[in-house]
Amino acid sequence: MNSADFFHMGGYGLYVWGSYGVALAVLALNVALAHQHQRRVLRTITRSARRDRSCA
Amino acid sequence: MWVWLHKFGSPKYFYNVSGKILPWVGGATVLLILVGLYLGLFASPADYQQRDSVRIMYIHVPSAWNSMFIYLVMAAAAAIGLIWNIKIADIAAAVSAPIGASFTFITLVTGSLWGKPMWGTWWEWDARLTSELILLFLYLGYIALQSAFEDRRTAARASAVLAIVGAVNVPIIYYSVQWWNTLHQPQSLGVGMSTIHASMLLPLLLMALGFKLLYVTLLLMRTRTEVLERERNSAWVQELAQALSGKSSSDQVRSSNEQR
Repeated sequence: MNSADFFHMGGYGLYVWGSYGVALAVLALNVALAHQHQRRVLRTITRSARRDRSCA
Repeated sequence: MWVWLHKFGSPKYFYNVSGKILPWVGGATVLLILVGLYLGLFASPADYQQRDSVRIMYIHVPSAWNSMFIYLVMAAAAAIGLIWNIKIADIAAAVSAPIGASFTFITLVTGSLWGKPMWGTWWEWDARLTSELILLFLYLGYIALQSAFEDRRTAARASAVLAIVGAVNVPIIYYSVQWWNTLHQPQSLGVGMSTIHASMLLPLLLMALGFKLLYVTLLLMRTRTEVLERERNSAWVQELAQALSGKSSSDQVRSSNEQR
């Protein structure tokens, strides 16, 4: 199978790649948002810890 | 077992143990999905009737299984939180909802993209499709209800009731292809009755397992974050924050020294 055939998917390229694309986009967004939230919370708690230390 | 469960219910213990498990689960997820994609897109044959469009199955079916599985986990966790007042269970239920909604959305979109070339229509109001759409609305309703209350305890209790009542929809989705005459094909998998060839079954099962582990990965990541946020005033989070900020501030001192 050459790469043109592979992308063509026997005429179903739009449907097959559309499906894989939507799944990839939604799942990648899930991972990215979870990661971003984690970093934001860690930053908030370490910042307040630093502030506490400088006050003390 | 009960001792272990009780320990796991403690936020600090959960945070530490899940932190050790997470890289392994995440690694296994990536590996399974990559092998599954390779087999599904390259190595497996095209179907004799559906030809290459059958490859949508490797996304559609694992997503559909996950959409129902995650709902049941969410309803069970919500029930445990409601009955025994376990914080971790409340959190697990709350963070599962957007993940489950994502998989439901993928199921509906890929089903539509598969239905158009095979059935000649994007959408049909038949039992399987309609009940899966209701599942999406249940997830969205649950998320909306969660955010409708200021108080977390009240939010958890109210949305738990919705989650538990809504669980009746899951068997309806599952058996819809047997109970009603639908456009959707009946299931081809089951104990001792699979009507699918091994070359297609293997990528399907790998993707299904990969998607399950992806759910576990996301569940652990989001639960850990929620635990930190809700427990931010407790002694162990303060200690953790001190350790983390100590490390990063000494890093800053070191780098500024190096610049000099």
